[in-house]
Amino acid sequence: MTKYEETPKRSANEIFKDESNYLRGTIEQSFKEPLSGKIPEMDTQLIKFHGSYMQDNRDDRLTRQKKKLEPSYQFMVRVRTPGGTATPAQWLMMDNAANTIGNGTLKVTTRQAFQIHGIVKWNVKKFMQQMNDVLLDSLAACGDVNRNVMNGVNPNQSELHAEIYDWATKLSEHLLPHTQAYHEIWLDGEKVQGTPAVADVEPIYGKHYLPRKFKIGLAVPPSNDVDVYSQDIGIIAIVKEEQLIGFNIAVGGGMGMTHGETSTYPQLGRTIGFVTPDQLVDVAEKIVTIQRDFGNRSERKNARFKYTIDKYGIEWFKEELHKRLGYALQPIKEAIFTKRGDEYGWVKGKDGNWHFTIFIENGRIQDTKEYQLMTGLREIAQVHTGEFRMTPNQNLMIANVTPQKKRTIQKLIDAYHLTDGEQYSALRRNAIACVSLPTCGLAMAEAERYLPSLITKIDDLLEQEGLRNEEIVIRMSGCPNGCSRAALAEIGFIGKGPGKYNMYLGASFIGDRLSKLYLENIDEAAILKELQQLFHRYATERLEKEHFGDFVVRTNIIEATTDGTNFHTLAHTV
Amino acid sequence: MAFRVENSPFTEKQVQLLNELIPHLSYEQRLWLNGYLSAKEEQIEQTIQPTTEYVIPTAKEVTTATILYASQTGNSQKLAESFAAQLAAQDVDVQVASMSSFKPQQLKKLSNLLIVASTHGEGEAPDNGITFHEFLHSKRAPKLTNLHYAVLALGDSSYEFFCQTGIDFDERLRELGATALIPRVDCDLDYEEAAAAWFQDVREKLLPTTQATTAIVETETSVYSKSNPFQAEVIEKINLNMDGSNKETYHIELSLENSNLTYAPGDSLGIIPHNDPKIVAQLLQLLQLDANEKVQVKNVSYTLEKALTDVLEVTVISKPLLQKIEAYAEESILDRIEEPFATYKYGKDLLDVLEQFGPFSWTAQQFIDVLRPIPARLYSIASSLQANEEEVHLTIGKVAYESNGRQRLGVASGEIAERIEVGDTVSVFVQENENFKLPVDDTTPIIMIGAGTGIAPFRSFVEERAERNAEGKSWLFFGEQHFMLDFLYQIEWLDWLKQGDLTKMDVAFSRDQEEKIYVQHKLREHGEEVYEWLEQGAVIYVCGDEKTMAKDVHEALRDIVITYGQKTAEEADEILRQYQQKKQYQRDVY
Repeated sequence: MTKYEETPKRSANEIFKDESNYLRGTIEQSFKEPLSGKIPEMDTQLIKFHGSYMQDNRDDRLTRQKKKLEPSYQFMVRVRTPGGTATPAQWLMMDNAANTIGNGTLKVTTRQAFQIHGIVKWNVKKFMQQMNDVLLDSLAACGDVNRNVMNGVNPNQSELHAEIYDWATKLSEHLLPHTQAYHEIWLDGEKVQGTPAVADVEPIYGKHYLPRKFKIGLAVPPSNDVDVYSQDIGIIAIVKEEQLIGFNIAVGGGMGMTHGETSTYPQLGRTIGFVTPDQLVDVAEKIVTIQRDFGNRSERKNARFKYTIDKYGIEWFKEELHKRLGYALQPIKEAIFTKRGDEYGWVKGKDGNWHFTIFIENGRIQDTKEYQLMTGLREIAQVHTGEFRMTPNQNLMIANVTPQKKRTIQKLIDAYHLTDGEQYSALRRNAIACVSLPTCGLAMAEAERYLPSLITKIDDLLEQEGLRNEEIVIRMSGCPNGCSRAALAEIGFIGKGPGKYNMYLGASFIGDRLSKLYLENIDEAAILKELQQLFHRYATERLEKEHFGDFVVRTNIIEATTDGTNFHTLAHTV
Repeated sequence: MAFRVENSPFTEKQVQLLNELIPHLSYEQRLWLNGYLSAKEEQIEQTIQPTTEYVIPTAKEVTTATILYASQTGNSQKLAESFAAQLAAQDVDVQVASMSSFKPQQLKKLSNLLIVASTHGEGEAPDNGITFHEFLHSKRAPKLTNLHYAVLALGDSSYEFFCQTGIDFDERLRELGATALIPRVDCDLDYEEAAAAWFQDVREKLLPTTQATTAIVETETSVYSKSNPFQAEVIEKINLNMDGSNKETYHIELSLENSNLTYAPGDSLGIIPHNDPKIVAQLLQLLQLDANEKVQVKNVSYTLEKALTDVLEVTVISKPLLQKIEAYAEESILDRIEEPFATYKYGKDLLDVLEQFGPFSWTAQQFIDVLRPIPARLYSIASSLQANEEEVHLTIGKVAYESNGRQRLGVASGEIAERIEVGDTVSVFVQENENFKLPVDDTTPIIMIGAGTGIAPFRSFVEERAERNAEGKSWLFFGEQHFMLDFLYQIEWLDWLKQGDLTKMDVAFSRDQEEKIYVQHKLREHGEEVYEWLEQGAVIYVCGDEKTMAKDVHEALRDIVITYGQKTAEEADEILRQYQQKKQYQRDVY
């Protein structure tokens, strides 16, 4: 490994971290400066570790410029909610914040976190304190550290959920940064629940944290809702006779890439062995430290864990891990996934409690004239005694509803027409879009605001071929950074420019095969024309129960991507 | 500009003398000289004897006169100086001064005193008249039995205390034993003719009739003036507020190309507005009058519609107006208004009154005759001429409210906001304001306090100082409702701060938090430093609404002087008075 100090030409972010005094930078002062909603570049990088991104409403940039106003700088805050769990009190707090200092909406992210948008600089601290009041925080929700830990929320396995969630929380807490910066800056030194009060030593991360973001997700087969192979550490629960006996560990998954740079690519995690529950936290920590020591700190585009593993080789990695653990992982146990989507509507758990999964298009919680989703959920939170679970598919489960409360909740569901998605096509129910425009600074094309209307048009095509009830995973990202995990969609769109997308095909339904570029830089007309032909072939030539992603590979419409390193290899001719 | 033989009709020797003299003349001196030369036109044959005093050397016994003015927007000052120049041209030993720079102890020595005073706000004296007004009404005021005086009062009849300051001076001087040369004249916004007539009467009293002429001195360097406004093309119009704001503030850029109009930071631009055609149509409809009927306004013939749209005021109501209207009504009007007139007129316009008290038995011409000419609106100029050659920028807040079920718009601001677009022209003239000027010395620190459109002159100040590379530090306080929606000229301030052309800026956005925060709070918050700056000679400027802002800012300044200067309340008042007198504290409030 290269000693940090010897890293040739450290990237700008590495220098920021080095000079940040454990993520403090000049955040405290910049958030008080009254004349601009903006903060300096170094602080914009550092506040990511505090869970926030500086953004602006890109829709009104030009208008504001003409009006001699700076862009509408505002802050997005992503809340750390391991496994997507929130209490009713936490829900009400987020709802209130969204409607008082946010933009009136909440977003359920693709990593089971709350995201609140549109908070102006001077309200960020207030928001952080409101979160703290209900035992929430946003520490390490973004930044070069372990992010929100995901876990599966399959309502059919409610008896396992508590145990899995417990492990997700343990991992999340264990891998939190120890810096006191968050408490000092936002909470006036107040201690936040579950954070060690050790002053400015980072026993796991060290002063420079990780080279890049780091993601962990726990899946419980047969549901791969968390997209376990897209995670830096994918953890697959192994259950025998209804008992959790341990986990398979997959390493080095990741979605992000950069257009036009083939040295960057999405990659799937490789399963390297099995660990018992008591070993899990230790194993995760050691994996993190390997990335800490060997990850690329010169070139951020190649700094994710997947590139570290591909550079040194999976065998080398296992050896290094065993060395750090002092023991070897056990052989991989069998695990079979059958789906990634959510199960909607009411499901009864083994303990007699009920779970209701609401379909939320692209995870956006808001009120419109036609659909008072946000108000409905608020009223449910006011009477609910269980919890809320945000799903990896950006839906919401009202979990642990007691049989006595079920009728009350059902009344509210009816009153607000909260939907289990029944009336929607299977395609829409299996769709994910990232936030993208207008707030995301990375966006190149629309995603969340556009996908619903595109799906309406695609639905017509499916209808023509009698495929309306066919479950097809469709995802759209506004840029190639991969928040919607579009490279793992059977039909994937990655934004290239306004109204233009790269279209990817051939990922598997269950998320264990990446897609490949099918057409580059195409507009809606081209997308629909292409899909019409593909659906026609699919309807007429498919094998029984064959998923669309498998079909296009079998019929050589697209070549299979067998490994991230051949994601960009295009053999097919269009 | 420097005179050269090639660019002027002067000889080498004259050019040399002029170049030595002209650049060192004060504004007042240049103004006086201008008037003197105009009036003396036919008499001047020899080279001018430069003089630094307003004294015409002569062996004969001369009439002496003192002209004092109290001026907020500069009208009184301009008139006073013009009168002085004309009297001087007729060998009167005349001195002209602002009331604030006149030593009141000299009053007893005067024989002829002419007062030109405007009225401000609710019957108050303008800033530079306050001290003199107070002195005259105090016990220290001397008996003035030997004094002859005349008062010209300027005002706006739409205010309840119309010409009150002039009235005060007139009544008080009489109480003190002085004798009026001629009765006081109260002028409305179209003061020019009445003022000229007053002056003619004064002159006849002061001088043998043969000497009195009716020459009126124009002091404009450009041919364009209030009576001959320039048609300026609108070259930019931007609503500076974002959607969702309670405000609509327009940044307007006008071309002054080929007008020869010049201005300095602190000056105002007068706009002669047009009435809303919708209101005119409603009036015609209500009164059942023919839009095309010919009427006369000051001997000029118009169609009724045109007179109502372009020439006369058809919105603002006042007591005098209602008295005139009453003559044509079936019953009395004022008697039927039970509440105080100020309360009654709130939110009402002429249309409301005519609807309420009709019908009327008048002809179109009689109706026209009750109305006064449409007054010009003055807007503080928001640009530096140095930085924007042949352009002038304004910051105009649209006045809009609903009353009695009808949407009401400010006459000028409504026209600008709703009916004027880029490419249209606007009738304008420059209104100098000597009471709101940057320090001559560029190293003098300045503190600028403005809320809303009160920011306008400070944009001009900072732009001008940036252009001049002024070394003096500067500090701007700005207040509005919302940071995100209403931060007028935000990008420009940030740039000037970055470049060091603006040293400090503090902002108060009143509605971004639960408790209302205004500029005066920010001023108090930085009280210690503000006081330090004042001690260093910083000139403090306040621009904005008098009632909602200037008063509170004044209170804050007073408290700052008390706290950090360790002064008593009386001492602080005296210090602020002195600041005002020596122009270290200047206000442009409305």
